[in-house]
Amino acid sequence: MAGEPLLQLDRLSTHYVSAQGTRVVRAVDEVSLTVHAGETLGIVGESGSGKSTLALTILRVLPPAAQIVGGRMLFEGEDLVRKSDAEMREIRGKRIAMILQDPMASLNPLFTIGDQVSEPIRVHERVPRASAWNRARDLLKAVRIPSAETRVKQHPHEMSGGMRQRIVGAIGISCEPRLLIADEPTTSLDLTIQAQYLNLLRDLQREHGLALIFITHNLGIVAKMCDQLAVMYAGRLVESGPVSQVFNAPVHPYTKALLNSIPRLTERDQRLTAIEGQPPDLAALPRGCAFAPRCVEAFDRCREEAPPEFTPGTRHTARCWLAPKAQTAGLQREAV
Amino acid sequence: MSLLQAEGLTKHFLAKRGLFGGSQGVVRAVDGVSFQIEPGRTLGVVGESGCGKTTTAKLVLGLEEPSGGRILFQGRDLATLDAAGRRTYRKSVQAVFQDPYASLNPRMRISQIIAEPLVTNERLTADATRQRVLELLDLVGLPPRAADLFPHEFSGGQRQRIAIARALALSPKLIVLDEPVSALDVSIRAQILNLLRDLQARLGLSYLFIAHDLAAVAHMSHTVVVMYLGKIVESGEARRLSLAPKHPYTQALFSAALPSHPDERREDIVLSGEVPSPLNPPSGCRFHPRCPHVMPQCGEREPPLIETESRFVACHLYGDAAAAPAAADRVAAG
Repeated sequence: MAGEPLLQLDRLSTHYVSAQGTRVVRAVDEVSLTVHAGETLGIVGESGSGKSTLALTILRVLPPAAQIVGGRMLFEGEDLVRKSDAEMREIRGKRIAMILQDPMASLNPLFTIGDQVSEPIRVHERVPRASAWNRARDLLKAVRIPSAETRVKQHPHEMSGGMRQRIVGAIGISCEPRLLIADEPTTSLDLTIQAQYLNLLRDLQREHGLALIFITHNLGIVAKMCDQLAVMYAGRLVESGPVSQVFNAPVHPYTKALLNSIPRLTERDQRLTAIEGQPPDLAALPRGCAFAPRCVEAFDRCREEAPPEFTPGTRHTARCWLAPKAQTAGLQREAV
Repeated sequence: MSLLQAEGLTKHFLAKRGLFGGSQGVVRAVDGVSFQIEPGRTLGVVGESGCGKTTTAKLVLGLEEPSGGRILFQGRDLATLDAAGRRTYRKSVQAVFQDPYASLNPRMRISQIIAEPLVTNERLTADATRQRVLELLDLVGLPPRAADLFPHEFSGGQRQRIAIARALALSPKLIVLDEPVSALDVSIRAQILNLLRDLQARLGLSYLFIAHDLAAVAHMSHTVVVMYLGKIVESGEARRLSLAPKHPYTQALFSAALPSHPDERREDIVLSGEVPSPLNPPSGCRFHPRCPHVMPQCGEREPPLIETESRFVACHLYGDAAAAPAAADRVAAG
């Protein structure tokens, strides 16, 4: 994609440090990736892979124990790591917004829907309450809430789960951000409601030219929604690239195993490829590649030395010693 | 003979309405549901929240008494069993639940957790019990030293293995699996699904598999039942049903399932609205307010569950050929 990326992470690291400073958890470790305007990036990983910490890092809303220990985050050319808290408050909710997993926990039960949807508009644009409320009503219509006129005056408990999640979406887009980060936005929703919500997000994205970052453990959402995919394992980005390329020709053994471990509607008789073992403890990572103990293709070097980032294709990266081989294989295939 | 047969199974709950619980409504959680579970086979139940799948599981487990209909186990009606018969039934039907963090007592050692059903039901010596616990641990792929540890020392996937070992302790014939993998990490899910299938092949178990992940249900089940607001709308052989669903709700549900590959393109049937409250279900076919193929009779008459092309479907589009052959063609073509 042409032009400057909207968001560019460059060797970004966020660590959790215990009170005595003895235990360091490398939740996000040297992660580099880019997001262009209007693009959808899916970040997948298991619990503890660092994907949520990465989202909190981009918004600079980390818990006190966590620190950004290195790297840069260029958003529209400005480094977010160096911004002051006051400057971040101007960006958060206005230029970068976030949708969280549990809509009941992200809405305040004591305030009306109108108050909550208009709050970011009033804070960032300092418009009077009445006109902010009018905007809120239009936003509810935009996220397809029926009878928006009465709904703005209601409270969260009067809505269903699907409606609450759409309201959280309306708050997210209220100041027309450039980047929307959605952390597991549909895990609490039923299947048909999930389909409605994903379609809505895609329509909003097209209308506003939003860049979307989906944080999920569900490869199906990535297959349905995303242009780019980033796979995280134990705090590191193990593979990233265009979705179709990564799905068709995954390079990292973890990505391969993950793709083979999901059941498909059409195949009952095939045995699933399970990934043996457990994800590692982030405070006591193995010396070499963190996936080596569970990897079926691991060899001696993997256990000794952590692999650097290789680029087996255009915008396709993989942290695996096997990646250079995959690269030549890929080139040969292209030549044929 | 079927291992377990449900005939017209019904469960109604009384719901208090209003501040002082004055007027009462009836929630028809499960309303006239019939199915069979064959020995060594898996019956999958899918549906969205409020469709009655968990209540069905509770009825099968004997945790709720049915308000109507009956359950036959190996041909005997559960309602007619005496105390000893009920006891035997409860031993033959076990459960594995969704959250292995909540279903294991944190103060008990793994050996105690797995041995608990043995201690209450079978008089074994301490040595024999220990022996059985080690056998069960081996069966679910855990090392013998796990017996002396506590649940917090295990990951989610290992905890689910412990829950499965406990369910196997009394050599049951049927295991109710209520969302057994949805709380687990993606890379662990396949381990547990493979383990469940291996155990089925090895021990000849039957499963009642409840999940909202359609691909997992299709992968695990021989027969699938689709529920909507307490009713079965469609049932049939798992693969055929998931590849060519007939009921408009099943079609929408499977079209909403996420693709497993970016090139996989499904017909997009997006339902409007949400599942209505079971306290006040729509008249006629309960799906008709959201149905893309709705016809005048749908709001008036409830469609019966009829057999068509080795499938059971409850929809006015099928069966009664005079009703709307054109519409049925349209659905089949779509």
